[in-house]
Amino acid sequence: MDLFEHQGKELFARYGLPVPTGEVAFSPDDAVAAAERLGLPVVVKAQVHTGGRGKAGGVKLAADLDAVRSHAAGILGLDISGHIVRRLWIEQASDIAEEYYASFTLDRSARKHLGMLSAEGGVDIETVAARDPEAIARIHIDPVDGLTQPVCRQWVQAARIAGSAAEAVAEVLVTLYGAYVDADADLVEVNPLIVTSGGDVVLLDSKVTLDANSTFRHDDYATYDATQTRDEREQAAHAKRLQYVGLDGSVGVIANGAGLAMSTVDVVNQVGGSPANFLDIGGGANAEVMAGALEVINNDPAVTAILINIFGGITRGEEIANGIIEATRRVDIDSPIVIRLDGTNAAEGRELLEPHLSGALMMEPTMLDAARRAVALAGSGDGKAQP
Amino acid sequence: MSIFVDENTRVVYQGLTGSQGRYYGLLNRDYGTQVVAGTNPRKAGTDVDGVPIFATVADAAAATGATASCVFIPAPGVPGAVLEAAEAGMELVVVITEGVPAHDEAFLFNKLRRDHPDVRLLGPNCPGIISPGRCNIGITAGHIAEAGGPVGIVSRSGTLTYQALYELKQQRIGVTTCVGIGGDPVPGTTFVDCLAAFEADPETRAVMMIGEIGGSAEEEAADFIADHMTKPVVAYVAGVTAPPGKKMGHAGAIVSGGKGTAAAKMEALTAAGARVGQNPTEAGELMVEIVASL
Repeated sequence: MDLFEHQGKELFARYGLPVPTGEVAFSPDDAVAAAERLGLPVVVKAQVHTGGRGKAGGVKLAADLDAVRSHAAGILGLDISGHIVRRLWIEQASDIAEEYYASFTLDRSARKHLGMLSAEGGVDIETVAARDPEAIARIHIDPVDGLTQPVCRQWVQAARIAGSAAEAVAEVLVTLYGAYVDADADLVEVNPLIVTSGGDVVLLDSKVTLDANSTFRHDDYATYDATQTRDEREQAAHAKRLQYVGLDGSVGVIANGAGLAMSTVDVVNQVGGSPANFLDIGGGANAEVMAGALEVINNDPAVTAILINIFGGITRGEEIANGIIEATRRVDIDSPIVIRLDGTNAAEGRELLEPHLSGALMMEPTMLDAARRAVALAGSGDGKAQP
Repeated sequence: MSIFVDENTRVVYQGLTGSQGRYYGLLNRDYGTQVVAGTNPRKAGTDVDGVPIFATVADAAAATGATASCVFIPAPGVPGAVLEAAEAGMELVVVITEGVPAHDEAFLFNKLRRDHPDVRLLGPNCPGIISPGRCNIGITAGHIAEAGGPVGIVSRSGTLTYQALYELKQQRIGVTTCVGIGGDPVPGTTFVDCLAAFEADPETRAVMMIGEIGGSAEEEAADFIADHMTKPVVAYVAGVTAPPGKKMGHAGAIVSGGKGTAAAKMEALTAAGARVGQNPTEAGELMVEIVASL
């Protein structure tokens, strides 16, 4: 789950980390009222789940209330890499002396947490990494040991952080690591981490991604779930607890298991088609889940053919066939469906499907055959029934 | 021979009294697995269809000689369950449970490596392990696998593994062991662990490897194949056409440094000498060819 900058900063503040004071605003009026309470100057910041806000004109300094109003009006509705700005963060402007970069994430291949720290913050860190890898000090942290003060001090030194700020930065980083672990974050990234001319360390930005698997020990994470960026189709699928990712094509894909669903998307592409989505209905493939999946796909106006690819393991072919038959009864489908059913008792399942086959419900013996047929139907354009 | 489990493996099921644990535990027993015990601190002294329930893994091990455990405990209890099994001397701990937080997985991996280096953790979020005809621990449908050899299978994906087992069975090609390592960020057992074990197993003469996008496990496997494998490897990687993830920060991109896409993985595996199929069917056909030439 991706957090907005302000949500990340609010999370940091709960761990006692120093962040600027600010307020969320949804309109220019909100923004002006917030600035009046906070005191000028303020920074008006677009809240979107993507980077590059500054370059896109989504971050503006405002010295007076007129500027707050015009910046807020200009930034709301802005398209930043496909993300439309719907909320702002109005924050007291900071007095920046030094800008650093700091992050913690899980290094899957090292199986340890990875901390990255650089004295060259405030700019695109990937550019820094490409130009001068030495400018980023990396540290692997064993989750059993955690990040200790002495180790952190060495790390700060390796990053060439100014001597006068080193102790304060080290202290903030130990706390930030604690927050990263306690919050079950996949990523916390602070760019820039600043030192003010008064010598205070402040986390001026936040990028936080939380592990959705950890919600059982974080009751408040439900509020973040509600602010995730999803298109209409993804929202509908999410409400039905389906594993769905929207794509741009015309072949709706339903499969059981993430690997098989991914593989089905690949095969549709390989035979010259273009998938409308990735959808994993999990192991069972019962009528309820299948009907929900068909509903989501059917509501996608781009879909002109549907490919159902199911492999029966413990769930037998008959159960799967009955699930599909029942689901097609419940949902009024506009596009032709091609089924590939294999695995345990596939023959029995296919026999059950046989009497239901028509120009609207077809069956093919293999994944490739089924994909080819679905792609042909999607491409011919006569797939979708006219209203 | 087989790797990690065989007909002598005695298994305790942590969570046998739950609905999933009971369902799959008893299916595993029907298959022929030595399902010798279950654990539940509140139900010690009872039984599940004749399988005795103990309060702890240590009690179960003392009474039954169990050396492997299969975990069906809900995600919040997984770290505790795995450490309990390790402390009770289990050699293999198979965690079927999905939804375990990545931080818990990273902690467990490092804790085991430090305090219990001889314990093999498989999973979490894996379908389990089957040595066809000998032992089946987890949620794989045993009857879709042909017993014998010469193929070993290691996979990150559940359904694609079943698909591979099934396609080999259609061709009457036997499998020594099929290991589902799971697709989570920090799996206890990796491709490399399994490739090394298959390389050392005399009965396994070819290996099928099924990967997915994300992480760098396939690239590490490619390095191992290039340097250490004498046996032929067929590989398939799912997610060739998956769109790049909508990642927020840049830290992940820097860590992976271009690794992680299916194309990069397939390229690395091909360069290492593996035969790479473009889809599961093609990978199956490649394996049929290889087995015919052995």
